[in-house]
Amino acid sequence: MIKIYSIEVRDLTKKFNGFTAVDKISLVVKSGELFGLLGPNGAGKTTTIRMLTGIFKPTSGTALIGEYDIQKNPLEAKQLMGIVPEMANAYVDLSALRNLLLMGELYGIRKKERVKRAEYLLKLFGLYEKRNNKVKTFSKGMKQRLIVAMGLMNEPRLLFLDEPTAGLDVGSVRLIRKLIKEFNSKGITIILTTHNIEEANQLCDRVAIMNHGRIVAIDSPEKLKSTFQSTASIEVAFDKKVKAEELLFGDVVTETKKVGDKIRLYSKRTGEVIPMLVEYANSSGSKIISLNTLAPNLEDVFVKLTKE
Amino acid sequence: MNFIGQLKRSLAVTKKDLFVFYLKGPVLISGILMPSFLFIAFIVGRNLSLSFLIPGLLGMALFVTVSSIGPVVVQWETRMKTFERLVSAPIALWAIIFGDIVASLMFGLFITFFIFIISIILLGVEIISLSLVIGTIIAAFCFSSLGLLISAPPTDNPSNMMMISSMIKFPLLFISGIFVPISSMGKWKFISYISPLTYYTDLARYSIGGTNNFSPIVDLLALFGFSILFFISAVIWHKKSLTKRF
Repeated sequence: MIKIYSIEVRDLTKKFNGFTAVDKISLVVKSGELFGLLGPNGAGKTTTIRMLTGIFKPTSGTALIGEYDIQKNPLEAKQLMGIVPEMANAYVDLSALRNLLLMGELYGIRKKERVKRAEYLLKLFGLYEKRNNKVKTFSKGMKQRLIVAMGLMNEPRLLFLDEPTAGLDVGSVRLIRKLIKEFNSKGITIILTTHNIEEANQLCDRVAIMNHGRIVAIDSPEKLKSTFQSTASIEVAFDKKVKAEELLFGDVVTETKKVGDKIRLYSKRTGEVIPMLVEYANSSGSKIISLNTLAPNLEDVFVKLTKE
Repeated sequence: MNFIGQLKRSLAVTKKDLFVFYLKGPVLISGILMPSFLFIAFIVGRNLSLSFLIPGLLGMALFVTVSSIGPVVVQWETRMKTFERLVSAPIALWAIIFGDIVASLMFGLFITFFIFIISIILLGVEIISLSLVIGTIIAAFCFSSLGLLISAPPTDNPSNMMMISSMIKFPLLFISGIFVPISSMGKWKFISYISPLTYYTDLARYSIGGTNNFSPIVDLLALFGFSILFFISAVIWHKKSLTKRF
């Protein structure tokens, strides 16, 4: 029987010499969900992943992976997971095929099955032609594709991806994102940690935003955006240089920001701002080159929630 | 997770270690040359019998080769960012360490086997007790476990570990009856009892020359005891230092 929840976390805490890296977080991830974990550097994302994958022992709290408690039955819980750790590497002195076969052996997969699975993944990730080449001859994109493939050797029910596309070329990023979607559509639960907010927005069913070791928001990207409606904005460009602070219009605009050659205005009353901008242009003798209203995006929500 | 399943996964670690760290020309050559040079430096100009020299050479070769790479395997893996992947797989930490130990053991036995063959064929050395074969395997496990115990501090700098490893290994070489017979150590001979190498050298002297300080059973039991002690200590210490590695 497949459980409704793939992950159930209760009051999970990790302290390092008195410093609280993760502070009593609780969350559930449903089976088949693509769940994003966002947060600035040092927010506690990787520590959380390391506790969920049994690398770090929590200071307190519990985490169930499927039916197993990660502290009481770590090996059984790990058997269900595929893991792509942040900054992980393949063995550069081994070939791509041997790296995959090693993972198969570590997961106790029979020889015939692991050879078949390794060849399938090599083809899927576009590495089959280079399967016998040592990984040290691979480009960064090829290495990362192999690392993700290694996380899939055991046909996991649950896949942890910690920054899987960081620093990669566009082709590799697209391939990995496409495969993430495909594997998720086949029912694999995916926990995606990323700095790339747009990636989370595109891929995730729900996201949790972490800051200072705590979860500060958890919901679907669209619901999070609508909750923070006040962050709706207008982006305007003039033909002459304009001081951003002149566009506050009393208290109608809450914040202005220069973005390249444009100025972004944040307001709850965007409808009132547009005529004010037109009037400002007329009175100052400048022309509006472009004007766009922007719906609140996940990045705005992220910035608002993680601001000091 | 059953014990046999974990042992099989250990062998995957062993295989990986052999390919990644040991089966390389420079490593194999230095495995033979290092103990040979040390030994030649010691015997040149001294009139010593083969039955004294060969057990010493065997002890030194086994000890130096087995403990050469073991102390830095975990550090290399941490530095190369492969260790996190390994510990996040469904393999117990003891099984990873056991796999590392077996790889190191196999490397040491391979080198020592050469010395055995050369000693028997070229030098005409006779082995009068087969307890040496069992003792060599146990000793290889023991020295390899010591290497893994040395590797437990949570650093990712292999050169630091090499230095610490040398600081532990070289004094042991000098107090274990390889260069100076234990009987000549006078009131200081009790120091040699704390070194597992003493018991292997003694067993080798008994098996080749027929002379010994301890009974072969005592030698084997001591090596076995040290093996268990080093292995358990290595697992406990590695478990404690795991969080600090990342």
